[in-house]
Amino acid sequence: MAEKQQTFADAMTALEEIVRQLEQGDVPLENAIDLYKQGMELSQFCHSKLQHAEEQLISIVQETGETTAFDPLKGEN
Amino acid sequence: MSSASYLTVKALTKYIKRKFDADPHLREVYVKGELSNVKLHQSGHIYFTLKDDGARIAATMFKTAATKLAFEPKEGMQVFIRGDVNVYEGYGTYQLYVQEMQPDGIGSLFVAFNQLKEQLQQEGLFKPEWKQPIPRFPEKIGVLTSTTGAAIRDICTTLKRRYPLAEVFIYPTLVQGAQATPNIVQNIERANIDASCDVLIVGRGGGSIEDLWAFNEEAVARAIFGSRIPIISAVGHETDTTIADYVADLRAPTPTAAAEMAVPDQQELFQRVLTQKSQLHQIVRAQLMAERQRLNKLQQSYPLSMPERLYRPFTERLAQLETGLQKAMQVDLMKKTARFQQLHSAVEQHSPKKALAFHQRELETHFQQLTRAATHYVTKQKQQFEATVRTLEALNPLAILTRGFTVAYKDNQMLKSAVDVKPQDQLTLSFHDGKVIADVVKILPKNEGE
Repeated sequence: MAEKQQTFADAMTALEEIVRQLEQGDVPLENAIDLYKQGMELSQFCHSKLQHAEEQLISIVQETGETTAFDPLKGEN
Repeated sequence: MSSASYLTVKALTKYIKRKFDADPHLREVYVKGELSNVKLHQSGHIYFTLKDDGARIAATMFKTAATKLAFEPKEGMQVFIRGDVNVYEGYGTYQLYVQEMQPDGIGSLFVAFNQLKEQLQQEGLFKPEWKQPIPRFPEKIGVLTSTTGAAIRDICTTLKRRYPLAEVFIYPTLVQGAQATPNIVQNIERANIDASCDVLIVGRGGGSIEDLWAFNEEAVARAIFGSRIPIISAVGHETDTTIADYVADLRAPTPTAAAEMAVPDQQELFQRVLTQKSQLHQIVRAQLMAERQRLNKLQQSYPLSMPERLYRPFTERLAQLETGLQKAMQVDLMKKTARFQQLHSAVEQHSPKKALAFHQRELETHFQQLTRAATHYVTKQKQQFEATVRTLEALNPLAILTRGFTVAYKDNQMLKSAVDVKPQDQLTLSFHDGKVIADVVKILPKNEGE
């Protein structure tokens, strides 16, 4: 089941694995339905991740190790 | 001359082309000159004119050879070329077909480049087994390039457009000049120490071969090779290939391309998620339907829907057997009956009963015959007797008396005629019921008596 700290990558990979398993067609019906539920949750999760990721975080890693915000259109401030 | 004696243009050109083909010197020529009229066609082929003070020759470098170019051919550049000369029949021109081209003047750099390339190749640094896979969904992307210039902009806008999910860390890096090499090496190491990134993009925009030179340095190559984070190299333009490109886990032709290779496309992912979702729907629905159909089929299957059909064959067989049995029994019975009857009649034939009956019948018949005969005889005797009696009776003279006749006696002698009588005679008259003694009075003969 989807964990709270799940990453998009994990969710996407899990979703693909579920689809792959189901596509193979040898999953018993009960398991298939469980997988289906999981898959739907995962796809919901991925979908919302994609939808809400609108602003990308871009930062500069300074020599000191500190990070500062960066706008590529303006260049380094 | 007749028309048949004239060559076609095509035939003539073919003839000329054969001359070129046959000449061993033209099959491999080394020639130097200046580039002019350079045209980088979108097909990847390069067309130009190679010239010097005295002459010019049209030249073509096909895509397969052109992609191997380590520099961008530019107007006025002095170059060394290896190729062959041949005829382009379509235009009736002869051309230089370029296999290899190197710029003059920086020949020493090329020597260095080739030497290092050779060396690292022999060490095995370019081997595919060292290539680390680029994560499909990186969460953190390190970018090692200059914070000024087109490259960083291209990378950031591409990353944002395609995959805003990932966080971008820029390690400001000098990418040209004397400090570039140590700075690139240092930043690759820093990024590895930070270890926060899933993938690194190392590169810069286009420039002269000298500008890009840091990416041909051994130190940079070894730093890239040593990185535990997968590295996508993106140096210059498509035609620029550096040592860094060979050793990187993935080579991108441009910074924009590097960003595209580093991340998946959000729109595609959206689509993919939707596809996966509908696939889930479809698969599970299909499976449910299939199971339902299977169930229906089972329910409709004749063992479940018509159980009687299951044992029908047995019933039929039983009936058959019963019929057979009956038939067999009948046949047997008939046979036995026949045999019995045969035997019975055989016995019957020899039975004393029959003889007895026969004899009895015979006896009876005889008895009856006897009885009949006896009765007949008796009857006959009786009849005879009666007839005799009747005859006798009829003959009994006395019998007449009963009818009123009378017998007359004289001297106990029955009188038969009137002549025997004489008057006075005493006569005895016998009646049937007594006697009368009478005296004769008169006799009357017959005729007188009447």
